[in-house]
Amino acid sequence: MGPIATTISRLYGIRGWTALGAFAAVLFIVFPVFSLLVPPSSPFHVSQYWVTLIGKIMCYAIVALAMDLVWGYAGILSLGHGLFFALGGYAMGMHLMRQIGREGQYQSDLPDFMVFLDWKEYPWHWWNTDQFWYAMLLVVLVPGLLAYVFGYFAFRSRVKGVYFSIITQALTFAAMLLFFRNATGFGGNNGFTDFKRILGFTIATPETRMALFAITGATLIGALLLGRWLVTSRFGRVLMAIRDAEQRVAFCGYNTVNYKLFIWTLSAVLCGIAGALYVPQVGIINPSEMSPANSIEIAIWVAVGGRGTLAGALVGAGVVNGAKSFFTQAFPEYWLYVLGLAFILVTLFMPHGLVGILRKWRATA
Amino acid sequence: MRTVFFLLMLVLARPCLALDAAAVGKLAFGDADERSAALAVLVAEGDPKMVALLEALSAGDVQTAGERVLIVKGDEATDAVTGAKVTPLPKEREDVVANNRLRREIESALSALKLLSPDRAARLAAAQALATGAEDAVLPLVKKAMAQETDPAIKPMLELIAATLELKGGTKESRIAAIRRLGDSNSPNTKTLLMALLEKDREGRFAETDEDVRAAAQASLRAVDGKLVWGEMGGLLFAGVSLGSILLLAALGLAITYGLMGVINMAHGELIMIGAYTTYVVQNLFRAHLPQAFDWYLVCALPAAFAVSALVGMVLERVVIRWLYGRPLETLLATWGISLGLIQMVRTIFGAQNVGVENPSWMSGGIQVLSNVVLPWNRVMIIAFAALVLVGMWMLLTRTRLGLFVRGVTQNREMASCVGVPTARVDTLAFGLGAGIAGLAGCALSQIGNVGPDLGQGYIVDSFMVVVFGGVGQLAGTVYAALTLGFANKFLEAWSGAVIAKIAVLVFIIIFIQRRPQGLFALKGRAAET
Repeated sequence: MGPIATTISRLYGIRGWTALGAFAAVLFIVFPVFSLLVPPSSPFHVSQYWVTLIGKIMCYAIVALAMDLVWGYAGILSLGHGLFFALGGYAMGMHLMRQIGREGQYQSDLPDFMVFLDWKEYPWHWWNTDQFWYAMLLVVLVPGLLAYVFGYFAFRSRVKGVYFSIITQALTFAAMLLFFRNATGFGGNNGFTDFKRILGFTIATPETRMALFAITGATLIGALLLGRWLVTSRFGRVLMAIRDAEQRVAFCGYNTVNYKLFIWTLSAVLCGIAGALYVPQVGIINPSEMSPANSIEIAIWVAVGGRGTLAGALVGAGVVNGAKSFFTQAFPEYWLYVLGLAFILVTLFMPHGLVGILRKWRATA
Repeated sequence: MRTVFFLLMLVLARPCLALDAAAVGKLAFGDADERSAALAVLVAEGDPKMVALLEALSAGDVQTAGERVLIVKGDEATDAVTGAKVTPLPKEREDVVANNRLRREIESALSALKLLSPDRAARLAAAQALATGAEDAVLPLVKKAMAQETDPAIKPMLELIAATLELKGGTKESRIAAIRRLGDSNSPNTKTLLMALLEKDREGRFAETDEDVRAAAQASLRAVDGKLVWGEMGGLLFAGVSLGSILLLAALGLAITYGLMGVINMAHGELIMIGAYTTYVVQNLFRAHLPQAFDWYLVCALPAAFAVSALVGMVLERVVIRWLYGRPLETLLATWGISLGLIQMVRTIFGAQNVGVENPSWMSGGIQVLSNVVLPWNRVMIIAFAALVLVGMWMLLTRTRLGLFVRGVTQNREMASCVGVPTARVDTLAFGLGAGIAGLAGCALSQIGNVGPDLGQGYIVDSFMVVVFGGVGQLAGTVYAALTLGFANKFLEAWSGAVIAKIAVLVFIIIFIQRRPQGLFALKGRAAET
């Protein structure tokens, strides 16, 4: 067997690859065909609502995957992943705001909120954001750099466990307060919205939306394979050893700080990319994405699906967010009860999540 | 003596005879400028009949019949000059319409006349009305009132009003003299007035064109600032202590549950919220059944808030938290789930809107310490209350059997169990104590802020920051941390605004924890290793 074949068989068995192939087929063939080619009058037509909803959930799934890499495999519970997600979203949002051009309410070169604040030119941090490549660079670099610097100091001082969780929560809380200010230059309370086009394509057409949907799906599958490749490698083994007994790993001569820092930064970058895909599909980004409650919800996606199994993170993000959009429409007053109960029951009775239950059931059957 | 009295009587009695007929005529028939001038003449006379005329004029009750000016109320009419009844009512009458400018001047004049009233409250109200904007015509009246005013609260207000009027109009010399006099004042309003003189407009030109006036204003401003600076420092210190005591109250319960027991209780904020809602319920019960004792509902609300929150806390400990000891991250998630449930429960019962909790009357108002420092009673009470709770908690932990057990269990659970301490029950009680103190905090916070389902969410990050910053397991550390953060926040706020101050403090704590994870006060000895 060649090295590529070895890698392929290392990542998943026959069954795993088949499942992944089926998933890809649904995303790239079934959805486009039933959404674009089947006429809206047909009962088989997939409406824009579903395309947007599934696209949104896939963005969340990338975040859950990123969370699982640090929490499930390295034992670092972050309560600030919403911040990285929002930063990626804001970087993309800046570019989309500049693509609006003079079509805003005030027909100005500047975004409406800047006209409203009586600003005459773009502030420094908007420099060059009209270039798509530069905005994409920001999507990766801003969350990545912030996570690197934050993680470098935290891991070097051996801040861990709950302490780390609490200061990540403080970090995202501080950032939320900062972005709520109008003077920060990101639209304050309202954030960015009313986007018109992306890369010259009108953002509201079914074709553009389907393209974004497909790109999100491809990114999700790519992130899953990358994660799987990492955790099945030697690197992944060391990471799990750090999770279970960090001191012993350090005594064996590994520099645990570098391992944690790498996975932490990678996770933040994945979140940033997810945020950048989320904004054009959902059409809005505002500081509430950085609220501590949003970040802690990410942890429950992973916990419901099953920590330490990448597929579990995807399942969890899908199940929880699917339930959320069902409940907030059908029984809005019960959603918080359901979510709260999920937190309690999963931690008390389902330490390995849905995937754990499935495995147990398969083992006994 | 008698002669003086007689002369005084004479002076006071003279204007009562009749109003200046020419002035009244001008007021009724003249053009805009003549009417203003006539008003000034009438005001300078200070006749009580004039008050009736002005009130009628601003109410639209003044009419003219030929040359005569009448005050018409319903079917009765009186002559504005003599005050005599006019019967029968003349047929041909015309309304006297006061335009906005005249109306403003009349309002101002009426207020100014009340400055001479013997009733202190009326004088104070009049001075406050004039302070928001007085018309030039009342200046002589204000000066007259200033000369006879003795009340220490009203006199400086009058001086300020007079100076404002003199600054607006008048010659250069009189304006500079007014500015110099303002320099002797120690009121913060003076400062605003002087600053307005030194403001620049958009193009960078001074609003005040005269350079000498500006120089005088600058000098006076410095003098006023010098007097105000101590008050400002004092006010800032008080604000710092006040915020510190609020943070301390919010964090004290957490210092037990997290600091001593090591339970990450994300529902801590919701226990505070439950305390606040209990206060709301007790308040409503008092209002409905014991309205005469409403002022003392807090006496009842405090133990109730403690009991309800403690009960909820103990149930949570028994049902959920007990099974997660030693797994802090799982505890964090489970208690977060609890907090979501509690928030939604309160929303279902009381609605999503904020509810109104009223201060008892003895808590409203404040103590005026300096001209620019007022200490509101509710803030003072909260500082005292925080100190009281702190002392009580310290006594409980160090002087009682339960406190001994709690300390024993947290230091060495196995050994405590060996010597017969019922560790499981101590856990429940200790958690209940922490939750109860959160309830007390909620009761106190309901007196100074909004009470709504999201109340707790606003305090959770802050209270964890206080406990972590002070050093986990250290009661003294929590106190120092709360006060330090309170001061830091308020002092930063003074020059950077509230939001930036808050962000700066959070970032500072994040950096601090990364440099010194054990907090301000580290546990010494072996405990520090684990």
